[in-house]
Amino acid sequence: MTELLGIPPEVLFGQLLLGLINGAFYAMLSLGLAVIFGMLNVINFAHGAQYMLGAFVAWMLLQFAGIGYWWALILAPIAVGAFGIVIEKTMLSRLYRLDHLYGLLLTFGIALVIEGMFRHWYGVSGQPYATPALLTGGTNLGFMFLPTYRAWVVAVSLAVCLATWFAIERTRLGSYLRAATENPTLVQAFGINVPRMMTLTYGFGVGLAGLAGVLAAPIYQVNPLMGSHLIIVVFAVVVIGGMGSILGAVVTGFGLGVLEGFTKVFYPEASNIVIFVVMAIVLLLRPAGLFGRER
Amino acid sequence: MIARMLAGAGVMTALAATVAGANAQVSDDVIRIGVLNDRSGLYADLSGEGSVVAARMAAEEFGNEIDGKPIEIVAADHQNKPDIGSNIARQWYDAEAVDIIVDVPTSSVALAVQEIARERGRIFLDAGAGTTDLTGKACSPTGFHWAYDNHALAAGTGRAVFEEGGDSWFFITADYAFGHSLEQETIAVVEEMGGQVLGTVRHPLSTADFSSFLLQAQGSGAKVIGLANAGTDTTNAIKQAAEFGIVQGGQRLAGLLLFISDIHALGLETAQGLVLTTGFYWDMNDETREWSERFRERHGAMPTMVHAGVYSGVRHYLQAVRDAGTDEGTAVAGRMKETPVQDVFTANGRILPNGRMVHDMYLAQVKTPDESAGEWDYYRILRTIPGDQAYLSFEESGCAPER
Repeated sequence: MTELLGIPPEVLFGQLLLGLINGAFYAMLSLGLAVIFGMLNVINFAHGAQYMLGAFVAWMLLQFAGIGYWWALILAPIAVGAFGIVIEKTMLSRLYRLDHLYGLLLTFGIALVIEGMFRHWYGVSGQPYATPALLTGGTNLGFMFLPTYRAWVVAVSLAVCLATWFAIERTRLGSYLRAATENPTLVQAFGINVPRMMTLTYGFGVGLAGLAGVLAAPIYQVNPLMGSHLIIVVFAVVVIGGMGSILGAVVTGFGLGVLEGFTKVFYPEASNIVIFVVMAIVLLLRPAGLFGRER
Repeated sequence: MIARMLAGAGVMTALAATVAGANAQVSDDVIRIGVLNDRSGLYADLSGEGSVVAARMAAEEFGNEIDGKPIEIVAADHQNKPDIGSNIARQWYDAEAVDIIVDVPTSSVALAVQEIARERGRIFLDAGAGTTDLTGKACSPTGFHWAYDNHALAAGTGRAVFEEGGDSWFFITADYAFGHSLEQETIAVVEEMGGQVLGTVRHPLSTADFSSFLLQAQGSGAKVIGLANAGTDTTNAIKQAAEFGIVQGGQRLAGLLLFISDIHALGLETAQGLVLTTGFYWDMNDETREWSERFRERHGAMPTMVHAGVYSGVRHYLQAVRDAGTDEGTAVAGRMKETPVQDVFTANGRILPNGRMVHDMYLAQVKTPDESAGEWDYYRILRTIPGDQAYLSFEESGCAPER
């Protein structure tokens, strides 16, 4: 095979795969954001902190209760989701009638408080979290060494994204949710408890962030700042995909992961800004995002 | 304990003597020390609040005052951004009568702050940054560089890894002043010894995912992957290298700058066997153990070489202020350079005309979990690197004498 721009094809394949792996995190986080924005019209700035919480809950379960990765995969998202529900019930639900800005400010404040507390307690260097024994090692694909754990992350992320899309677009519950977004008063008139649905949706979206956090724990240091590094990128992903569009969030998440991966080969210095360049271009040409609808 | 009280009493007596004798000229009647570092980002554990604690411990040894003039310590977060660091430094020197700024990790910020201090004839004492430019082409008559520098790291870790057969290198480098400088210093050592550099890749500061860079390093076929970065950048790279089977594949990782806080964060399971260069380790002798234990009681973690360096630097500064009877920058700087440095950090430190504090460094290897006797028992010291081998001489430094 010939080289492309001086890069051998096996390197490109490797980067493509790595891009998909990073994209899996972007997709799962932006999915949660899109669900929350779509249903609640809230821009959840605490998403990064909730992702970090997921990783920390997994670490604490192991450290203080001896509960390993597999249980953490279930327990941590539930715990973080429950935390989200408490926030929604006690604070966020009071702001629905007000401007978007209030929800944004509240969630941003919550993120700062959570991150500040964890930074105070645990410092910034992070805590180690080992890869579960079943998923250590890897496979030599010829063009690259694929760690088993990374393959697992992509698989879980794809499954979660598909299941969420299916639940919202193809089930009865999903249709209620979509209807409630369009016209909450009318849906309530049919006897459906809209406030409770909103609460559960927020809890679900936050739980998704927690799940992504658990998945990330063995790859990155479990670190109070891990979410704040990611959240800005994920917001860019959501904006590019179209605020509130579930399909958009998933497709752009994976797509931008790949784009970022390639940038790391061709011009690594720009790898942390390439997504924002794309965002600027998309906003100029299609202000509603690639998959969004003008409202 | 008793020995410490006696020592304290000794200091107090000495103080009383100078109060009587000296014609004190301390500006605005306060000796104000500004600890400027990363208090919230990736370098906050290796510097951060720990450096403030260290500075306070130094001030307490003087009874928090010199000749009746109180010593005050202020702190701020430069967020690893040169513009923010510069603004704080100007504010401190110009409006808040800060006499000395200490610590300042992140080389890009350190270079900016040193220049501001130089223009004003104020003292700048860096412990956290790595770039050799601080005492090279950007040197300052009132600038000091204390705990380590990139040349010492290259001469320590780079040379040791080369001697064990690491003759071809690939660098993963943080894309700013510090990373560039560390990469260049190490390349110089490797090439001087007849080794080869097969490639480099530069990543933005504070990157979470290193898999792409590691894959490029893997593909290069180099025997050694040199990590010219620091803090969580290094720990994430090391953690992910294990995942991608880099070490099993026969390649070796060389973390060129590792702090004890990084080893603590990685855990010995992942970090074992890494070779590193450090200016300070808590478990060297009774004196270091005693001081470090006191530090740990107050801060909750053992000191990094930056923390110990801040303590040593502030202590040396205060001693010079006391001896000179003034806090005027040029006079104190001259006094500091004349005086040998002897404290818990180093037994035989001396300061070159360019402000480089030359002291012995240690080449250490991270213990295996079995070897370690408990929390913080992390290093086996392989050898001492004498100061004149670790650091560039004044002539080699590239510091123009007229600066």
